[in-house]
Amino acid sequence: MFKYLKQLTSLVAMVAVLFTFTTETMAAKKSKTLKNTQKKGFVRCGVSQGLPGFSNADAAGNWTGVDVDVCRAVAAAVLGDANKVKFTPLSAKERFTALTSNEIDILSRNTTWTLSRDADIGLTFVGVNFYDGQGFMVRKNSGYTSVNDFKNGISACTNLGTTTELNMRDFFNSKGISYEPVTFEKADEVVAAYDAGRCDTYTTDKSGLAAQRIKLSSPDDHIVLPETISKEPLGPVVRQGDSVWEDIVRWSLNVMIEAEEYGVTSANADSMKTSDNPAVKRLVGAEGELGAAFGLDNDWSLRIIKQVGNYGESYKRNIADTGILPDRGPNELWTKGGILYVPPAR
Amino acid sequence: MNIKKILPQLLTLLVVILIFGFFSYNAQVNMENRGISFGYGFLSQESSFDVQFSLIEFDGSHSYFRAYLVGLLNTILVSVIGIIFATIIGVVVGIARLSNNYLINKTAAVYVEFFRNIPLLLQIFFWYFAALRALPLPQDTEPMFGVFFLTIKGFFVPAIIWNNLDIFIYSIIAAIISISFVRIYARKKQENEGIQTPVLSISIGLLLILPILSFLFGGVDASVEVPVIKQLSQSGFTFEGGIKLPPELISLALALSLYTATFIAECVRAGVQGVSKGQKEAAASIGLTPNQVLKLVVMPQALRIIIPPTTNQYLNLTKNSSLAAAIAYPDLVLVFAGTALMQTGRAIEIVSITMLTYLSLSISISIFMNWYNKKIAIKEK
Repeated sequence: MFKYLKQLTSLVAMVAVLFTFTTETMAAKKSKTLKNTQKKGFVRCGVSQGLPGFSNADAAGNWTGVDVDVCRAVAAAVLGDANKVKFTPLSAKERFTALTSNEIDILSRNTTWTLSRDADIGLTFVGVNFYDGQGFMVRKNSGYTSVNDFKNGISACTNLGTTTELNMRDFFNSKGISYEPVTFEKADEVVAAYDAGRCDTYTTDKSGLAAQRIKLSSPDDHIVLPETISKEPLGPVVRQGDSVWEDIVRWSLNVMIEAEEYGVTSANADSMKTSDNPAVKRLVGAEGELGAAFGLDNDWSLRIIKQVGNYGESYKRNIADTGILPDRGPNELWTKGGILYVPPAR
Repeated sequence: MNIKKILPQLLTLLVVILIFGFFSYNAQVNMENRGISFGYGFLSQESSFDVQFSLIEFDGSHSYFRAYLVGLLNTILVSVIGIIFATIIGVVVGIARLSNNYLINKTAAVYVEFFRNIPLLLQIFFWYFAALRALPLPQDTEPMFGVFFLTIKGFFVPAIIWNNLDIFIYSIIAAIISISFVRIYARKKQENEGIQTPVLSISIGLLLILPILSFLFGGVDASVEVPVIKQLSQSGFTFEGGIKLPPELISLALALSLYTATFIAECVRAGVQGVSKGQKEAAASIGLTPNQVLKLVVMPQALRIIIPPTTNQYLNLTKNSSLAAAIAYPDLVLVFAGTALMQTGRAIEIVSITMLTYLSLSISISIFMNWYNKKIAIKEK
């Protein structure tokens, strides 16, 4: 009798352990950040203090840009409304602390993905929404046509606390040129100082140069030199430790790129439900159970495409049509000669 | 009976310890959850960024600790310059406000009211961005006295290249030591025989003669290196050689001293007005000259009132120098709590070091000023 009792207890114990295990994985699926976001009713998104084409507020306080669209896509996916986003403008210096200290849930602020940032300071990069590289802007009348014309004693204005500062040193060191780095906390101050003649060159990501050039007193007097001195893959960042939230942000971005690849746009998304292509049907939620993996319904991706548009639409609306960088360059789909290539949504 | 006294203090101490314990525990747990490591090892790593202006040799191959020193020295530099100029301007304006001359009096009053009522950050922006734009480009600048060049890229001044600088410095130290001996001798002579010695002219003489001797016989030699204009591109120029004071340093020092001077001026005015009229009248009635009245009767008493609030202003100035980050002057906040923090991501470590540094700087100033205050206080017998 006692023999059986012992076996019975161990069986009960085993079942109990198994049960706690399963409930625990169920709880993990329902991510803490996701739960908080749904409770608050808006996505907390960190953006720049004003970089046209990426994240920029108009006079009425409406934010637009490709970085902004990533946050709007997440809002569309998890809350059903792309406008339910609270934007927090952050300086380069503040951005990571704001994310790790729980003030924002997504950092979508033209941030370069590097090993040390990804591994060391409690952050996780979820993808790349813009492939960029660092360049130099100079005055047209300087006669500079290439970075090889730079001479000892040149002064360079740039932003504080960015990879730009490090790349600049690597670059000037490798060329053996002595230089004077002048670093400001805000981009507007960099532009003002360069405009005043404090610096001979202004260096940052090329997209940033193109966007900030508009703010100069006479933009036509300045050119961006052809050379690119670094790789700057810019993308959204989340806190480490919430892998479900991480997946939601990653796939919200991926879905936008994949939608462009399959020709699904905000205008034709609904009609694509009857498409013959199973990949397209999965994208608009007519086939498969993709949303369930994140604890979302099946229309999450359809909402992103309908409310925010695919990546091409976002690029055209924010960067091409505003005259910042009409040529998509590397940010073209892999099928069209660019390097945008995302894992399949299936 | 004693327990009644000690218990509340013990409880307060316990609460303080608990609060600190809670915060550090909380920080520890949160950092662990987010996979953030903690430690000061990064200080010895290579910094890999450059700084535009530093008092010690620095480039990216040096460590983060050296970057910290660069920032600290720059903070001390701008604070010392600021304190010196703020004191000079403050004393002059404070005395001007007491003047019977209507124009001098009102000008000083307008200056004080204007500069102390505008936020410091705005003044820094004004001196940097507005004044900077008004400065000429290097190629358009008119040299001052043929060797000083004030341009948008900085103030270029001649550098002095020394041979045997140490002997020159020793000669000055020797001069200062002999001056203090002369003063002691002069005081004794006055106390014993009532004869005054011309201490001032002897001091100036010593300060001139000893260094000149070091030039003639000590092998000391100095040559001047004048900045020379250099072409960078078809439209861009800069200066080479000499010493370069970056425009950021100049604007910051200017803004800090003009702002703080207004408060010091008010301290000076309050101090002088705080000495009762009877003191001056009494001093005059025993036959002291107006200069002697000021030097021997009014100032010693006024200083006791002036020093403590002025100490506060020195502390404020030092702390306000952290606004440097707004205009690219590489102070402690910009270099260490800015770039270094960003590159390493060690927010807690770096912010704690920076806070401790400002705390130590402020406490050092306080200790010095308290010592000075004690020294000039009336010694009651």
